Amino acid sequence: MTVRGALTQIATFYVPLGGFLVFLLFPFYWMLVTALKPNRDLYNLAQNPLWTWTPTFDHFRKLLYDTHFLPWLRNTLVIAVGATVLSLAVSLVAAYAIGRLRFRGSGLLGVAIFLSYLVPPVILFIPLSRIVSALGLWDRPAALVLTYPTFLVPFCVWLMMGYFRSIPQELEDCARVDGASRWQAMRHVTFPLALPGILSCLIFAFTLSWNEYLYALVFLSSTDQKTVPVGLATELVTGDVFQWGPLMAGALLGSVPVAVAYSFFVEHYVAGLTGALKE
Amino acid sequence: MLAEHRDVLGWVMVGPALLILGGFLAYPFVLGIWLSLTDTRIASPGRFVGLENFRYVLGDSVFRLTVLNTLLYAGVAVVLKFVLGLGLALLVNREFRGKRFVRAAMLLPWIVPTSLSALVFYWIYDSQFSVLTWALRTVGLVSGYVNYLGDPILARAALIAANVWRGVPFFAIGLLAGLQTIPRELYEAAEMDGAGAWARFRWITWPLLVPLAVVVVVFSTIMTVGDFQLIWIVTKGGPANATHLFGTLAYQRAIQGGFLGEGAAVAVFTLPVLLVCVAFAYRALRRED
Repeated sequence: MTVRGALTQIATFYVPLGGFLVFLLFPFYWMLVTALKPNRDLYNLAQNPLWTWTPTFDHFRKLLYDTHFLPWLRNTLVIAVGATVLSLAVSLVAAYAIGRLRFRGSGLLGVAIFLSYLVPPVILFIPLSRIVSALGLWDRPAALVLTYPTFLVPFCVWLMMGYFRSIPQELEDCARVDGASRWQAMRHVTFPLALPGILSCLIFAFTLSWNEYLYALVFLSSTDQKTVPVGLATELVTGDVFQWGPLMAGALLGSVPVAVAYSFFVEHYVAGLTGALKE
Repeated sequence: MLAEHRDVLGWVMVGPALLILGGFLAYPFVLGIWLSLTDTRIASPGRFVGLENFRYVLGDSVFRLTVLNTLLYAGVAVVLKFVLGLGLALLVNREFRGKRFVRAAMLLPWIVPTSLSALVFYWIYDSQFSVLTWALRTVGLVSGYVNYLGDPILARAALIAANVWRGVPFFAIGLLAGLQTIPRELYEAAEMDGAGAWARFRWITWPLLVPLAVVVVVFSTIMTVGDFQLIWIVTKGGPANATHLFGTLAYQRAIQGGFLGEGAAVAVFTLPVLLVCVAFAYRALRRED
């Protein structure tokens, strides 16, 4: 490559790409630096704020021992797992039925489920708060395990419908000819082939539940029942006193589970996201 | 026996999903519209008041400001997300060292809980210890402090920036998926015919990308108009209601103020936006086929 060519490539590719990466990743860096900086550096305006020579785990210690962070973490995990399992179970069978059985009304159902994915939670949270309290679920994790599927099920059904359609019907027919029941053919032939799709749904459902804020804010009220997203934002920002160190430590720890879940399955995640868009 | 009746089996299998979506999505959807027609408060059952709530909020200056905020917020944020997302997608749609890392890293803002990244932005926009102010001061653009969240214009810009930060990866990855379906041969043929970079983009990339772009834009518009957490964590709708969206105003009126009927009426206003978006997408995609 000529010098001129190399310079052009730097100017048209590496510089803009670097700009994007700084823009997209800086908040994470800032989260990390703040969480590790001792308070005297944190609130010292004379210093370069981008670095610290005396990192400390004080903020993490304070977060874990002096706040309800650990119960929040446990609540978030329980709710996310519960909502994910429930959503996946009902979505898989529904998607199989709509995508495969072509029963009367299945086409219409597919469209209805897609439209229900578009209904934003801000329309639903007020009436849902009435329903949740009428069911006696106020301030209980079950309120979220039951309401999160409203945005998880449409997504998973839509994604899995496409997946099931992409698996040749003949494979199942062969199994049926060999004497398998419909249920056996489904369990031993179709579901294993649909595993990449199921995995995408799993990651999506888990991260969306883990990240949810509005319903958790409205339906849970006592401090030790809260989830990480709500707990941090409501309990650590008290009056005029901002505990930025512990807050950023909490933001970091609260982001790690989803970042890990996603990094293991990044290919599936991207495939799921783009697959859902293309359908 | 059941397993062989398609119609029966089909409805049995979608039953559980329908039960959940019926009870917690369709029913509250209808209940929300009904509530908006009543004067229900948190403690007292309401009675039907017709369009009274709508008449009231339409005359309310805070609500009018909210409509304006929403148009501004969604309009500017979606355009910026689209332009930046397309730019990023075009950049990473090639082979280079570290491609896997870049593609994984650029999705992070979209993956992590928005409420937690909102806290980081809250900290970045701190009136005293803002790293942004430090940077601007270092390059000599400002002296003293900047109260980002205390000024209506700055607060709106600050929230739009945070929203764009979060949404760019979604656009980038969605549009990248579209770019990858465009056959290489088209570009090679165009190049042989002497088409420059812009001509190739204008006459090959763009037309083939439009259907997917419409879907991405519609999704994003619906989510941006229905935004709640970013606003609520960073500004709570302030200063002077300059950053209220339908969601935050509805929350304030219904949950904090106790006026469920009025709050429901505010929330219902997201519905027309939703319908316009869906109709637009439907027509645009129809025409493409």
